[in-house]
Amino acid sequence: MERTTIDLWFGAFVAAGFAALLVLALKVGNLGAERATQTYRVEVRFDNIGGLKVRGPVRSAGVLVGRVADIHFDNDRFQAAVTLALDKRYAFPKDTSASILTSGLLGETYVGLEAGGEDKKLADGDRIQITQSAVVLEKLIGQFLFSKAQDDAPAKK
Amino acid sequence: MLERLRRPLERLGANFIDGIWRIGVMARFFGLVIAASGTSFNRFRLVMREVYFTGVLSLIIIIVSGLFVGMVLGLQGFETLQKYGATESIGVLVALSLVRELGPVVAALLFASRAGSAITAEIGLMKTTEQLTAMDMMAVSPMARVIAPRFWAGVISMPILSLLFSAMGVFGGYLVGVVLIGVDNGAFWSQMQAAVDFRYDVLNGLVKAFVFGIAVTVIATFEGYDAPPTAEGVSRATTRTVVTSALVILALDLVLTAFMLRAEG
Repeated sequence: MERTTIDLWFGAFVAAGFAALLVLALKVGNLGAERATQTYRVEVRFDNIGGLKVRGPVRSAGVLVGRVADIHFDNDRFQAAVTLALDKRYAFPKDTSASILTSGLLGETYVGLEAGGEDKKLADGDRIQITQSAVVLEKLIGQFLFSKAQDDAPAKK
Repeated sequence: MLERLRRPLERLGANFIDGIWRIGVMARFFGLVIAASGTSFNRFRLVMREVYFTGVLSLIIIIVSGLFVGMVLGLQGFETLQKYGATESIGVLVALSLVRELGPVVAALLFASRAGSAITAEIGLMKTTEQLTAMDMMAVSPMARVIAPRFWAGVISMPILSLLFSAMGVFGGYLVGVVLIGVDNGAFWSQMQAAVDFRYDVLNGLVKAFVFGIAVTVIATFEGYDAPPTAEGVSRATTRTVVTSALVILALDLVLTAFMLRAEG
């Protein structure tokens, strides 16, 4: 087939488009290395997960060690059942505790893991027993106002 | 009093009816273009030639504007994020606003004014100089030979241009955020990667660009094909292409965004 300059330009144009898509997928988006890392799944039950979302981060000592894989409501125990996908490179003791935390005052909600002291490590499909739910700001304020009112009530009499 | 109001009211009504009429004719025109698309794919070189004129030649304006938009977003974002001590999120801000909104929309607006107006003027002038009629006389369908290749070229070019715009914009944001201001390089990219979802953000942006590509090229080719065969008619048609495209792009963007954001859980 004969070749023209137009073919060259068309090829370059389409190639540039694919290159941009690749950059957006791998460098800007999250289609990159994350999926390649091997993970093991651990289940946690919380009374209240606050604003936690699927794909939210799991951190231990502030370092990203995994992602939230799934969140659903356990209708038998009326709790939130959260599945964490933890990086295989990190192993945690069986008595590790999990809590729902927020980075900063307005930041994203994440699951914080605090390592325990046991020798046995968490394996795929295990459940973390010790959990701490999200702090609900409205409840805290409510409690504060309530106790404040109780303190003030006798003084007025 | 009533007499004086009659003329403007009549003109308003005539314009309104004309507008509705044009929508109907444009829909029929769109159907005809699709029906006449066979030639474009059998002789793909026709489309490639138009991709060169509408896409490749728009590259410079798209790349330069993308770079500048990204840089401005970086500067403006830094200014505001600094107040909350969250300057590392600048990458998230730049990438999300570009990939979701600014990439497709601004690229489409630029595409409409750079390539859409040229398509309208070219087809309008072909009509004025009776080239389209001549083609018809030679049993060459202008729909298949002239209009459809330009339509498909726009549909192919638009998503590519939008992707390039977004990529260049992120690079511009990187230049300002990391190189110029000194935000931490690792945090810039890692926060961006944590926040930008490929399917939800990048692919949805691509769908938008695709829809805008269809809208702009249909408007551009239709206005050219429908232009009164005079110098003034072509000039008006060209103006109308740019104005209508801009309005349609922004209106479609609202509709598409409403559809896409609803799914967020």
